[in-house]
Amino acid sequence: MAEIYYITTNGTLRRDENTIMFESGEIKKKIPIENTSELFIVAEVSTNTKFLSLLSQNGIIAHFFNYYGYYIGSFYPREGNPSGHVLIKQVEHYLDKEKRLYLAKTFVLGSIINSEKLYQIDASEHLEKLKQASNVQEVMQVEGSFRKLCYKALEELTGWEFETRTKRPPQNPLNALISFGNSLVYAKVLGEIYHTPLNSTVSYLHEPSEKRHSLCLDVAEVFKPILTEGLILELIRSGTITENDFLEETEYCYLNLDGRRKFLRAFDNLLKSTVYYPKLKRKVSIRTLIRLELYKLVKHLTENEPYIPLNYHSLKK
Amino acid sequence: MDLRELKFRGTQVAYYVVCQRKLWLFTKGISFEKESEYVQLGKLLDEISFSREKGEEFAYEPVSIDFFSTGEGLVVHEIKHSSALEQAHILQVKYYIYYLKTKGIKVSHGIIHYPKQKKLLKVEFDEKDEELINEVVRKMDEVVRKEIPPKVINKPYCKKCAYWEYCYG
Repeated sequence: MAEIYYITTNGTLRRDENTIMFESGEIKKKIPIENTSELFIVAEVSTNTKFLSLLSQNGIIAHFFNYYGYYIGSFYPREGNPSGHVLIKQVEHYLDKEKRLYLAKTFVLGSIINSEKLYQIDASEHLEKLKQASNVQEVMQVEGSFRKLCYKALEELTGWEFETRTKRPPQNPLNALISFGNSLVYAKVLGEIYHTPLNSTVSYLHEPSEKRHSLCLDVAEVFKPILTEGLILELIRSGTITENDFLEETEYCYLNLDGRRKFLRAFDNLLKSTVYYPKLKRKVSIRTLIRLELYKLVKHLTENEPYIPLNYHSLKK
Repeated sequence: MDLRELKFRGTQVAYYVVCQRKLWLFTKGISFEKESEYVQLGKLLDEISFSREKGEEFAYEPVSIDFFSTGEGLVVHEIKHSSALEQAHILQVKYYIYYLKTKGIKVSHGIIHYPKQKKLLKVEFDEKDEELINEVVRKMDEVVRKEIPPKVINKPYCKKCAYWEYCYG
């Protein structure tokens, strides 16, 4: 599979013949287009339409993040693999209350089963409440109260202060890490959706009006415990990320350049790391796991094959 | 002859022979061809082989024939990577010949090129084949009209298919 490239230095991105050219002061670096699947631009870059049309021709998505590492949006080239049939099925599963509730519950189920091992939390009470939930709002409440437990556990396991979830802006390092990590997961899910026939705007747990690509928020629930929280735990426990990796003021806290680079490197390594996937009888990368999750969703919608979320910790490394 | 029946692309005819599930998925726009290394190799082979012989593709038609030459009539040429799925390729070429015939074009025969194996395969077309294609197109219609796709077929060649992770994952 082609690579994800991360740009963390301010500069210029432009088209040079049929390849990507990144320039910053003295640095001139070519990025081979054939080997690029996605760009994460976590720096301030200037670019032009020619560059974007090069990306478009090659079906490459570019995710933009601002100076503080805050997700701005993605350049999503015109239609990846659209399918009218799948779109109709997606909408059918949204309009039918029971069908929507099933999917909303399974995304939260995925989030819970992938979190409970990570934090060693007993989730049985929440799983029962999830089963009982009779509408999407109740499902959201179960998710919210379970997530609080997780964040408390994260605070205990790291010894870092968390208090409460603060987003715009995050007010302490743990919150800053969660914000940055979750926005990467969200963008990454979008990057995979592009290669499937799914329409990223029709979602089940989150309201489709909530964000432009709200299906990413749904699917990201399953992967956040693995790609955000699991990663944060690992980075803090190993001492890779320390208090020095943040820009901290009284009103806000963000990862500084060094911190962002460390996080991105670990994020990329994790995406590339493989686990044994019994159904395919071979090892697959975490990135492929995201794709497989989307395939399962397509099959749920078009083949009546019930979607069962990934249980990450049941897979052998 | 009802021309509306010949709406399929050549690859769909080949998919019908290889895997009806793939035919269904592909027809519904559930396609993974862009992701597959094998498909990319095939595309590359198509681009670099017989570049002198290739003319312009005809627009607005469902079929896209690799290239033509002339003999007793038109000769239809198809380039393929490997002869492993030969039966599917033969039917695909027969479909092309039939398609052109319905447009009133005199076609002599077809040739399948396997450049990597340095192999040629001549495809003749007779009256019986007309019935065969009619029957195939009718059955293809049945497949794509199904509410849900046919089941996975568990063939050894599934592992090289662009849909492998989708079907088995």
